[in-house]
Amino acid sequence: MSTVASQVEVPAGVSLPIYMDNHATSPLDPRVLEAMMPYFTTKFGNAASRNHSFGWEAEQAVEKAREQIAKLIGATAKEIIFTSGATESNNLAIKGIAEMYRERGNHIITQVTEHKAVLDTCKRLEKYGYRVTYLPVKADGLIDLEDLKRAMDDKTILVTIMAANNEIGVLQPVREIGKLCHEKGVIFHTDAVQAVGKVPVNVIADNIDVLSLSGHKIYGPKGVGALYVRRRNPRVQIAAQIDGGGHERGMRSGTLNVPGIVGLGKACEIAYEEMDNEAAYLRGLRDRLKNKLESELDYVHVNGSMEHRLPGNLNMSFVYVEGESLLMGINDVAVSSGSACTSATLEPSYVLKALGLGDDVAHSSIRFGLGRFNTQAEVDYVAAKVIDIVKKLRELSPLYEMVKEGIDLTKIQWAAH
Amino acid sequence: MAYSDRVIDHYNNPRNVGTLDKSSTEVGTGLVGAPECGDVMRLQIRVNPETQVIEEAKFKTFGCGSAIASSSLATEWIKGRKVEDALAIKNTDIVKELSLPPVKIHCSVLAEDAIRAAIGDWKKKNGVAETVESTAAAQ
Repeated sequence: MSTVASQVEVPAGVSLPIYMDNHATSPLDPRVLEAMMPYFTTKFGNAASRNHSFGWEAEQAVEKAREQIAKLIGATAKEIIFTSGATESNNLAIKGIAEMYRERGNHIITQVTEHKAVLDTCKRLEKYGYRVTYLPVKADGLIDLEDLKRAMDDKTILVTIMAANNEIGVLQPVREIGKLCHEKGVIFHTDAVQAVGKVPVNVIADNIDVLSLSGHKIYGPKGVGALYVRRRNPRVQIAAQIDGGGHERGMRSGTLNVPGIVGLGKACEIAYEEMDNEAAYLRGLRDRLKNKLESELDYVHVNGSMEHRLPGNLNMSFVYVEGESLLMGINDVAVSSGSACTSATLEPSYVLKALGLGDDVAHSSIRFGLGRFNTQAEVDYVAAKVIDIVKKLRELSPLYEMVKEGIDLTKIQWAAH
Repeated sequence: MAYSDRVIDHYNNPRNVGTLDKSSTEVGTGLVGAPECGDVMRLQIRVNPETQVIEEAKFKTFGCGSAIASSSLATEWIKGRKVEDALAIKNTDIVKELSLPPVKIHCSVLAEDAIRAAIGDWKKKNGVAETVESTAAAQ
């Protein structure tokens, strides 16, 4: 009798389940937690309390965090605005700029593989009379700079293009995009949630005007993020989207999440110090995983550019195996799939479809998100397990059998349902 | 994604995986679904020409765990039944047996379609008239 249940041995030092979904969120670094703890207990003051030591203490902690964040991205502390996370940062940036520069123009340029926090925000602005151009991406996931040039017109006020993609880890040519924007006097916002702390990002060198980042993707806490807003060359203005109290230079009212902000600052400080070594380490693990999978399995392919990619990202399609069934077989490993069955909308990943992949290949994709706390032993176990389950599921796959017999699947009249 | 124990059992130990000789007159093959939709089922039956009993049933499925479980269960249920009795299996029976959630009902529909397609193929090969009511009412 055939069986799909895996008998892959768990190596010493590996405890299950293994977390390998660091693009979704990352575990809190214990050093970050340690820095945060006092701000939950004894140092509980409101950073806006100007007339007693509790407030001063909190404010001091917040200002230190601002410095830590600014240092990581090459900004100055005054250019950092705290938010509840990257979704809010993206909303504030895009809506705030659209509102502030409405008289100058109503055209916004973005691209199709952005996170929904950007795409849905742009869609809402379309309802309010803004014009949005969604640039396509090439098969490797990168935009074509010529497309961007052509899309710009005298009504363009904002270009918003992510630094690194959350599914395929592809790095957009941010520096060149920023340069083009500056030549045309257009503001450049980048959702750098996946890039900051993983690859070098410098707002000056990379010509970035506004940048979104988040705590929980860089081993910091959830519920805290930041928006970098350039103050010079050019000075960018943003209309507040949350009113009440005028915190954060009037751009974002609301009592500051002091423990969260301290955690975000500490996470940025650690990233600043350890990013280079960590990137090399993760690239090594990622390539090891990729090589193992490619050497043992046929009909696998990497989605998106390997050259312009986050070190910890591997997005692979195991063709003729459906993603959710693969996840079910490797249920002691936390990864994600682009399969429709794993999404709320029952549609396969729009990012993978934008690369020109067929739905069938998108259904077969797995995203491995390696992070700071993954080990080589874990990678070896995950590789062995995936190989084992893919082979077993392919024994169950009519498509794999047909392809092996030389049948061209595209010539079959499938009854879509 | 919480799967029922029955789905997990069929996924871990799928029954009747395999391939029958589709050129044989005793064999009926049903291939349903589409790769773009994320599930394709192939269900095959070998029918005893004397007794009309399905003596062997095999499947292969590309799809999620529920699709694999639905087709595995379908082969288990039709094996040993007469052709006409196998047609009595409804997708709702599969939903009940596997405790499929609403988003997975299409897996059971596909399994019912696969049974009908395999039997239809066998009937065509053997010149048996198609029963009129057998066009599967989805869901």
